[in-house]
Amino acid sequence: MPAVQETIDRVKEIDVDQYKYGFVTEIESEVSAKGLSEETVRFLSAKKNEPEWMTEWRLDALRRFQTMEEPTWARVSYPKIDLDALYYWAAPKSVEGPKSLDEVDPELLATYEKLGIPLREQEILAGVEPKNRVAVDAVFDSVSVVTTFKEELKKAGVIFCSISEALREYPDLVKKYLGSVVPVTDNYYATLNSAVFSDGSFVYIPEGVRCPMELSTYFRINEQNTGQFERTLIIADKGSYVSYLEGCTAPQRDENQLHAAVVELIALDDAEIKYSTVQNWFPGDKDGKGGIYNFVTKRGDCRGKNSKISWTQVETGSAVTWKYPSCILRGDNSRGEFYSIAVSNGYQQVDSGTKMIHLGKNTSSRIISKGISAGKSQNTYRGLVSAHKKASNARNFTQCDSLLIGQDCGAHTVPYIESKNATAQFEHEATTSKISDDQMFYCQQRGMNEEEAVALIVNGFVKDVIQQLPMEFAVEAQKLISISLEGSVG
Amino acid sequence: MTTPINLTQAETGLVDRFDAARTGLAGSDAVAALRASAAGQIKAKGLPHRRVEEYKYSDLRAFLKSAAPLAAAVSVDEAKAALGAADMLGELDRYRIVIANGSYVAELSDVAALEAEGVSLADFNAALAGDKGAALLAQPKSAGTDGVLALNTAFVQGGVVLSVKAGAEVSKPVELVQIAVSEGAQVTRCRVELGEGAKLRLVETFAGKAGAGETNAVFDYDVADKAHLATTRLMISEGAGAVLATTLSRIGAKAELKTLCFIAGPDFTRNQQFVAFAGENSEAKIYGVTLARGKALADQTLIVDHAVPHCNSREFFKTVLDDDARGVYQGRINVAQHAQKTDGEMMTQALLLSEGAEMANKPELEIFADDVICAHGATCGEIDEDLLFYLRARGIPLEEAKTLLVLAFLSEAIEEFAEEDVTEILEQRVRDWLAAK
Repeated sequence: MPAVQETIDRVKEIDVDQYKYGFVTEIESEVSAKGLSEETVRFLSAKKNEPEWMTEWRLDALRRFQTMEEPTWARVSYPKIDLDALYYWAAPKSVEGPKSLDEVDPELLATYEKLGIPLREQEILAGVEPKNRVAVDAVFDSVSVVTTFKEELKKAGVIFCSISEALREYPDLVKKYLGSVVPVTDNYYATLNSAVFSDGSFVYIPEGVRCPMELSTYFRINEQNTGQFERTLIIADKGSYVSYLEGCTAPQRDENQLHAAVVELIALDDAEIKYSTVQNWFPGDKDGKGGIYNFVTKRGDCRGKNSKISWTQVETGSAVTWKYPSCILRGDNSRGEFYSIAVSNGYQQVDSGTKMIHLGKNTSSRIISKGISAGKSQNTYRGLVSAHKKASNARNFTQCDSLLIGQDCGAHTVPYIESKNATAQFEHEATTSKISDDQMFYCQQRGMNEEEAVALIVNGFVKDVIQQLPMEFAVEAQKLISISLEGSVG
Repeated sequence: MTTPINLTQAETGLVDRFDAARTGLAGSDAVAALRASAAGQIKAKGLPHRRVEEYKYSDLRAFLKSAAPLAAAVSVDEAKAALGAADMLGELDRYRIVIANGSYVAELSDVAALEAEGVSLADFNAALAGDKGAALLAQPKSAGTDGVLALNTAFVQGGVVLSVKAGAEVSKPVELVQIAVSEGAQVTRCRVELGEGAKLRLVETFAGKAGAGETNAVFDYDVADKAHLATTRLMISEGAGAVLATTLSRIGAKAELKTLCFIAGPDFTRNQQFVAFAGENSEAKIYGVTLARGKALADQTLIVDHAVPHCNSREFFKTVLDDDARGVYQGRINVAQHAQKTDGEMMTQALLLSEGAEMANKPELEIFADDVICAHGATCGEIDEDLLFYLRARGIPLEEAKTLLVLAFLSEAIEEFAEEDVTEILEQRVRDWLAAK
């Protein structure tokens, strides 16, 4: 079992207390004044040289936000977040944008190296044409620092840049699509994000283009007390295809950090978007201290006929997660998919799931959710499948399984299944159990120790979802899951 | 929320109704205080509506347009006449307990025969006036501040306390019939106590015309160790008002509770059950069969509380909807942290016969223990074309084939309930319902 052994070794290597990525890079940072106000929003907008309409859009969101109340329906509890104590702008200091990698602060590059981002693409330097290339739009705190592979993507006509850049270069596209999937007033955190979003990625795949490589963004929260408000907008025009990877890791902090991102996907006729996430933010230490609050709004709109949006997520980090990647199946024959692994350990709280909203005819969706809770964590699946009056022949299959490890954790399932059309066919099944003694006995009898056996069984439990991940992520995800469960047995 | 709400006409009516009726309602001082606090809740929060999670799909505030006065007391003769006209169970050999316009009628109940079987009956109102009156209105934690229960507590007009002596096995089923002799709200509460090792089969029926007023019935089951209770509830009424039933069950050790609730007809029906395990090695089997057509709304809501280890629960619900009817199933299995070795299985299936029908399923699991096996399933769809084709290819006309398939679909739950004499009555009811189209 070399793969299993490797996992075990990684587990040994990294203790929950010694979060591998828990380091702080010391670079001079420029931060805005604390607090949430019109001035902050204007300052932020001006800093980013945004057009007038964008500033107004943000201000409008802020005004609406000030009338909203924080939602309390999710099964998570955390101390109240003081939004006025946060900084809404932090950027690595530089006079002008770097022209090439050489101009980038070497300490930044060192940080990425520790994270294992192949930013400099060793193979390219060596003159080797790599087989699977990954373009990285790295976000260090709030500003995109470097974007690689731009040229090659440009050749294909693909736009892949930071959203600030897109606002300058392609204002019409941004104006047309921004906020069209997640409206400004969608929910408390989405509205907050609309007012103060710092940066994020923008992707546009033109008609009929199959994006030549996987696009990827690594998010990284660095500046102390910096709320991170990412905004991602991906548009797949008619007949196009794109696969997007998102991976996260953050340094160790005592104070809780808020992350309220918004991701909007738009698939036009015959287009397909595959969005994969591996989320490994700091989950808090073994006493439940610290950790990231992850309140994310992710939604895809299958706007065109025959379009397809697929979400795959591996959630192992964050102290509190509140995340429901959804699909609006508007176009006829469109398809939505949601594959999720949510692992919680220690004092983590996860409330995650999906929404599949069937509006068009012959739409189909599939939900596979695997929750694993260990330690003193709480893991909730909350999902909605609905068919509207006109969604004839809608189909849904949902499977959500939960695995419990240890007697202090909880696993909850809260599905809403609403059918307003007789021809819609919905199936839902859910199970909750612990790892069976028979399976453990079988493994241990064949010479595995308890930890190895659990790792093997858990990896088998989540296999359906792992298979949906792009190769680059699949291996990493398996390791992450094992690391996250460290200390949960024995 | 501390801000006062704008009361609807029905809510204002209910508040007025309480002020008018409070002096006439039975109970000790402690009971009166409970009633007043429940009425206060209605005044402060109004009727349950769609922003209240448990009533997301069953908006009682929107449905109740006005508050009818409480049904007036009736004489034994009037009750007897009404009873003769509305017999829900036909030939079934049974004992009978009668509640008419919200009050227990001893004269029409088989008091002596039941006494001989070890069953004693008492007027709920008399019990309310006693020292332990307030305890009779206790409600489980899982029910929270449920609006329908609050309505019941505020207005309960009467009912019966049925106690089965330890070890007694009642030979025939007992029908507990609640009949609306005249129009008006009918608010009742019945307590069913089974002593250790006792055995009882209960059939709860609603009859008569409640008119626009709401029917609000609470059944409080206390099943002692090693006792067996099987109940069937028929919520079939011609009234236009809301029919609301609440079950509160407490199950002792090595005991068994088996219930089936059959809903067919009323415009707004909600059957909510709060089942709690209080002793180990017990079992609860909870079935539901719902038929709805027209613009009716039928809601089956259920919370099963596994508070102790080694208990099994099975929940099986079937729904058939026609026309513009709406069906709701909300079920939750709670497993407490120390309730190891719990085995829970919940299934809800719906069949939609028409374009306009709507179904909302919400099967939940809430699990804090690790050594458990819990599962739930939900399906929703129309009649399988292949099955219809199979039957029609064998010469069975379309309508008949549909009837056969609907009956087969519902029979899965009815037959598993396995109370033979009752099963026959239920299946006949299904056939009648299908034929009435």
